[in-house]
Amino acid sequence: MEVMIQQLINGLFLGSIYALMALGYTMVYGIIKLINFAHGEIYMIGSFIGYFLINSFNTWGILPNAWGFFIAMIISMAASALLGVVVEFLAYRPLRKSTRIAALITAIGVSYLLQNVMIYFFSPDTRPFPQAIARKAFSIGFVSVSNIQLLILGISVSLMIILQLIVQKTRMGKAMRAVSVDTDAAQLMGINVNRTISFTFALGSALAAAGGMLIGLYYNSIDPMMGVAPGLKSFVAAVLGGIGIIPGAALGGFAIGLIETMSTALGFSDYKDALVYAVLIIILLIRPAGILGKNIKEKV
Amino acid sequence: MKKNLKYNLTWLAIAAVIYFGLFALYNGGVINLFTDAIIANIGINIILAVSLNLIIGFSGQFSLGHAGFMAIGAYATAIITRDNPTFGGFAMGILLGMLLAGVIALAVGIPTLRLKGDYLAIATLGISEIIRILIINLSGLTNGPAGIFGLPQFSNWQVIFIMMTLSILIVSNFIHSGPGRATLSVREDEIAAESMGVNTTKYKVTAFVLGAVLASVAGSLFASYQQSVFPQDYGFMKSIDVLIIVVFGGIGSTTGAVVAAVVLGFLNMYLQDFGNLRMIIYALAIIVIMIFKPSGLLGTWEFSVKRIFNKFSKKEDDSNASTNS
Repeated sequence: MEVMIQQLINGLFLGSIYALMALGYTMVYGIIKLINFAHGEIYMIGSFIGYFLINSFNTWGILPNAWGFFIAMIISMAASALLGVVVEFLAYRPLRKSTRIAALITAIGVSYLLQNVMIYFFSPDTRPFPQAIARKAFSIGFVSVSNIQLLILGISVSLMIILQLIVQKTRMGKAMRAVSVDTDAAQLMGINVNRTISFTFALGSALAAAGGMLIGLYYNSIDPMMGVAPGLKSFVAAVLGGIGIIPGAALGGFAIGLIETMSTALGFSDYKDALVYAVLIIILLIRPAGILGKNIKEKV
Repeated sequence: MKKNLKYNLTWLAIAAVIYFGLFALYNGGVINLFTDAIIANIGINIILAVSLNLIIGFSGQFSLGHAGFMAIGAYATAIITRDNPTFGGFAMGILLGMLLAGVIALAVGIPTLRLKGDYLAIATLGISEIIRILIINLSGLTNGPAGIFGLPQFSNWQVIFIMMTLSILIVSNFIHSGPGRATLSVREDEIAAESMGVNTTKYKVTAFVLGAVLASVAGSLFASYQQSVFPQDYGFMKSIDVLIIVVFGGIGSTTGAVVAAVVLGFLNMYLQDFGNLRMIIYALAIIVIMIFKPSGLLGTWEFSVKRIFNKFSKKEDDSNASTNS
């Protein structure tokens, strides 16, 4: 029982990272109906930027400890946002009017490209992520929590709240919602669709970079292929919660994290990925649009 | 029926010409071990691409689970030929793989094909990942992540070529049969097809099962050619590789799938010289091709013997030539 509760809490922390990434998937999908397979690679590059920055801070002897981590995270988020916008501009924008499957293949091409560019220039080796923040474990009753886990949950949740505020309260957020409902009508109302889509990519990529740095800090290792499996799983999270719906992505992320750690606690750790997919398929069969999704009737 | 026979015989004749051309190249010593591997790979990729094209291009169902069905065939063949290293064992492995893949495709197809578009893609992706994880964990049967190696090699380029020709014939005959027309109507407009009395689920499932069975055959040939099976060979990336061939050739064109498999096979061969840069160039090539030619190399164009026949016989005007074969 104690193990179960401990794993439940671990699942919460892991789930918050999946949720951060799933938000990027869900926003992009909601707005241009594209499964952005390169999102996992942005997450990987985000963690690499953080790695190089923290290491340089250490060699220059400036910004020690937590300060270095936060500054590195902000720079990494900004750089990844820029990368996301560039990728969208060069690879996806020319395909806006063509079939969705062509856009999907392009996204896969971009993901291959980013992976292999990183492998080519920075070797495929696994690197230890600098532990800028010393790990401290607290125990509350029989449950133990580390400060890094709390940091992950804190940062993720605050980023999600900021995102929700941006989407609900700002003009840009209003434009995003309008474009996702009807691109043409939004354009007629004077919304700059291209700029809105770029902004969406920037937001999603910044969140993915934050997730990448947090996971680097948590697992203490990063490598150029680290984006593939979490990328796929957080996409599953986005679908599970109802793709295109922002609270759904957060819910799906936490659900995936919990399923994973619970299956480990129950002794099925070898089958945890299979279990994640099985749950996804069952949910899709019961509610084809995801947990929070609305079923849209097709017009004849 | 007799008419179809004529076209099929022509196709077989074309295949025989290519076969003897390759045969001459092999006997002339032009082909070394490396080119042989490329040719075998192209043949296997053609089977995979043609069968995936049946699902994506002709029935309009977006499946990302092809590698899973390939893995079933590969493991069925590997396990049987490990214990029974004869040609009969190899044939039995192929048949068992086909049967298993067919049954699994039927079992998962009936519920999941109700889903539409991207949801179906993710569900099929999930199924193929579940198959792979089961293979990794049922180590008593499949030897787990270490895979099985040292299998006898029964599939050489000749076996692969024959199987490839058969798959192309099966798929193109299916498309031009009555059920095939119904399948095409489902792709064009599911609601309209349904209101015209087409049992959409039945045809979607038929195409899905047929595609899965052919993928399993490709898996069997691949395992026996490589003389080994490893679970990581049948991951998500394998499905994507096949999808790239299909999209590159043109979704909904069997000719396109064949041409794309050949072109990408040779592209890969020449890129071997670039070492680590290979994947970067490959990725850039995919992006550039998709941006400048999003409908693929051939679009939905098909090479058609019937059209050529019609051109020569010139009984009627060319208007019926567009209803090709």
